[in-house]
Amino acid sequence: MTLIEAVLLTVTTAATPLLLAAMGELVVERSGVLNLGVEGMIVMGAVVAFATAQVTGNPYLGALFGAVAGCVFSLLFGFLTLTLVTNQVATGLALTILGLGLSGMIGENFVGEAGVQLEPIAIPLLDQLPLLGPLIFNQDLIFYLSILCVVGVSWFLFRTRLGLQLRAIGDSHGSAHALGISVIKTRYCAVMFGGACAGLAGAQLSLVYTPQWVENMSAGRGWIALALVVFASWRPLRVLAGAYLFGAVTIGQLHAQALGFGIPSQFLSALPYLATILVLVIISRNRRLTLMNTPASLGQSFVPDR
Amino acid sequence: MRIELERRPSHSALFSVVSPFIALGLTIIAGAIMFTALGKNPFDALYSFFIEPLTEMWSLHELAIKAAPLILIAVGLSVCFRSNNWNIGAEGQFIIGGIVGAILPVMFHQWDSFLVLPIMLIMGIAGGAAYAAIPALLKTRFNTNEILSSLMLVYVAQLFLDWLVRGPWRNPEGFNFPESREFGPEAILPEILPASGRADLGIIFAIVATLLTWFMMSYMLRGFQVSVLGQSARAGKFAGFSANKMVFFAFLFSGGLAGLAGISEVSGSIEQLQPVISPGYGFTAIIVAFLGRLNPLGIFAAGLVLALTYLGGEAAQISIGLPDKIARVFQGFLLFFVLACDTLIHYRVRLKFAGHAELAEEGA
Amino acid sequence: MMKKLLLALSTAAVMSFAATAAQAATKVCFVYVGSKTDGGWTQAHDIGRQELQNHFGDKIETPYLENVAEGPDAERAIERFARSGCELIFTTSFGFMEPTLDVAKKFPKVKFEHATGYKTADNMASYNSRFYEGRYIQGQIAGKMSKNGVAGYIASFPIPEVVQGINSFLLGAQSINPDFQIKVVWVNSWFDAGKEADAAKALIDQGVDILTQHTDSTAPMQVAADRGIKAFGQASDMIEAGPETQLTAIVDTWGAYYIKRTQALLDGTWETQSTWDGLVDGILTMAPYTNMPDDVKQLAMETEAKITTGELKPFTGPVMKQDGSEWLKADEVADDGTLLGMNFYVKGVDDKLPQ
Repeated sequence: MTLIEAVLLTVTTAATPLLLAAMGELVVERSGVLNLGVEGMIVMGAVVAFATAQVTGNPYLGALFGAVAGCVFSLLFGFLTLTLVTNQVATGLALTILGLGLSGMIGENFVGEAGVQLEPIAIPLLDQLPLLGPLIFNQDLIFYLSILCVVGVSWFLFRTRLGLQLRAIGDSHGSAHALGISVIKTRYCAVMFGGACAGLAGAQLSLVYTPQWVENMSAGRGWIALALVVFASWRPLRVLAGAYLFGAVTIGQLHAQALGFGIPSQFLSALPYLATILVLVIISRNRRLTLMNTPASLGQSFVPDR
Repeated sequence: MRIELERRPSHSALFSVVSPFIALGLTIIAGAIMFTALGKNPFDALYSFFIEPLTEMWSLHELAIKAAPLILIAVGLSVCFRSNNWNIGAEGQFIIGGIVGAILPVMFHQWDSFLVLPIMLIMGIAGGAAYAAIPALLKTRFNTNEILSSLMLVYVAQLFLDWLVRGPWRNPEGFNFPESREFGPEAILPEILPASGRADLGIIFAIVATLLTWFMMSYMLRGFQVSVLGQSARAGKFAGFSANKMVFFAFLFSGGLAGLAGISEVSGSIEQLQPVISPGYGFTAIIVAFLGRLNPLGIFAAGLVLALTYLGGEAAQISIGLPDKIARVFQGFLLFFVLACDTLIHYRVRLKFAGHAELAEEGA
Repeated sequence: MMKKLLLALSTAAVMSFAATAAQAATKVCFVYVGSKTDGGWTQAHDIGRQELQNHFGDKIETPYLENVAEGPDAERAIERFARSGCELIFTTSFGFMEPTLDVAKKFPKVKFEHATGYKTADNMASYNSRFYEGRYIQGQIAGKMSKNGVAGYIASFPIPEVVQGINSFLLGAQSINPDFQIKVVWVNSWFDAGKEADAAKALIDQGVDILTQHTDSTAPMQVAADRGIKAFGQASDMIEAGPETQLTAIVDTWGAYYIKRTQALLDGTWETQSTWDGLVDGILTMAPYTNMPDDVKQLAMETEAKITTGELKPFTGPVMKQDGSEWLKADEVADDGTLLGMNFYVKGVDDKLPQ
């Protein structure tokens, strides 16, 4: 394996959880809901996936349960914000806090155990391709799912009737409701999809990235996923690009260190965050562009009149 | 069966008062179930969690120390949130406040005058406010989402502090360990009742900030502007209020108070700069702000309750061996229940059964 | 007769009194910075605590607080222990130094022991371990085992303790292969599995074929196992994370020290001190030498024996600093003062020390 291949492979592993969580959140935000609880859902997914894999010895079952856990946990957020119309920002934060605490309690007995790894699945013939072979066609299940997710979400949002309805709700829940689209039901589905994606992202952390359970192992990735969605101005392909860019910067700063560049490591560590702000500024500067894609009713509660 | 909400014609005065207590009650019930599930006697657990820390004088001091930064930050954030500006980066403003406030005792440590402390506090406020001005500027100039920019700046502030105490500000007498010079006595926030515990002026700042903010929000034009612009930017525009000015006011106000909290913590409790000066106060304060329903007086009470969950978490760890994660789970529960119960203030909740007549669950 | 009875009664009374006194167990308390099952630093301290508990049985109680944040929270946690009747309190992170000192001033009758710091008081001792002795052995193994002559070093924070480790490792390696080099990545954290794994991958991609770490998670070991190179464990025996990967590990065995100091407390002979124990005192031990040829194993054991007897001191001249200037003349041994404030690399480190 050449250096370039190896580096790109590392970047892929770093980008996949960001990509998954951000794709989920993108759908949620497109439906007009802002869920700041991504971090909490990721960490719940991670602990449940790990625990399941340890108990059953089957990492695939682990990944499945991780996604289910994220989904169930997101329902808590859905119930509060959609049924009880609570403030979305506060509820999302509460979800994060609860998730960090609860996962710590669930995972207490699993700390320090060596985990079961989700092994790569080579796709016959294609994995023999130079460069692309090992990079794209000899990866673990969750990586394939993350790519599938990008394609699926793009197709769903822009090519299907349901996707159109979802975007309509995000842009103006009042008009969508008047047209007879069920706002609450659609948003519930979106929130649950977001939860499942975040849970799967968590499963990637505890089954692929570092196959072990560590408290707070999401390490701020939920927040970065949130940033990525805005960064991508709510477009799936840009989320893909953003996630990989972010992964590349994170890994790149470590390589810069290993090569012996004499820059204080704190500055290199701060680089991804500064880059995000910079890109946010560049993208949001163009008001027309942002307004065109921003779900207009993002973060607003909806109560149907009868 | 499904749940349906019906907006009340005006908000329910009864539930405004009762809802926090219902929430607290539900949290305690949920907690008792959790403790039982963990195999502990729920009464012992609840006692050590909520009562034990209040039984001793020194522990009350500790409560004040823990609550002061939470209240200071949350009071500032309440104004920000009410004006519909989402400053999630108070943690970073807290850290920068601590750093800027510490310039004097670290770089000019020979100067021991009674002026040192007041100047430090003012610089701390200025530092926090200036750091908060960045997301405000980006929002007004470039339309950048302030939730994300303020959050990203938290990480930058943490790393900047880390670099300072390991690099240029490292204590020359500290064997290369990552910490700044220790502050001289003139730079240390005095304790209020040294005989009984170590609570310092920080809690006094918190009380003053609470009262002033409450007064501003209730009786001053500025407070009115905050509410109007927060509820509807359009309405604010018609009233002739500038939304951009409000963004700056909200961020500078909350950043300044977070900065004051930062320098108070550094000068009162830590007495030097260390790589980490906040155990997440800036984030916890967001919960405090919502627990207090964005009302300064409510926030004061909420800050004390949340501080109690930290102290209680420790007490429960020592006396009955509960895991330390419980404090966080508790905080999550509490916030969920408060948010859920607040729905009752504005809405009637009805349970609907398919095919049956409506049953009003409650109709106050 | 009556007299005898009285005597018997009073003896019984005295005995039962003595018995109840013995039952009131002495409290020896521990403040941890991390989780007691972190697989590294705090776990090692907790294993030490368990050894202590088993050694003294009912005579002592050993309550602990985990995940105590450094800063003001630490002072409260320590004070809570001091007030709850603890007679001896171990605070096991560098960042607990000032809080420990503050509480020690307030509670002159309680004894305190702070790990890895430099401040002491009449009732506050400090203790530390010469981790670098183990690093020297690891370096020699690396010098033998590495084909490329380059090792990767995942470092936490540029404090003297970590710099000592890097230098000692390199000197050990250079004693075998004079051209040996080290690549360093700072992750600015003691415990961040994700970052450590990324750092490990970056180093391996840069061509290092042996990995060592001064961070506490087992993630680098897992990565090394995955990539098929060898690695060294840190703080605890990490063999479970890499059964075919770990060469050895520096295992912190604090138990010996905890037993020694608690005994002193019970005997009434506890006095403040500043201890810097090494292999000879049993405060650190080497995990079994595995996954290496017999001759390397032999060499490692010989070196360990030499360091234990004091025949070999890792920091012995001639040693050059990174910039090529002379640090130690031939046969000159570095003094503890210099080591405790070490802020420079020796020659052969491919990194600029963060200042």
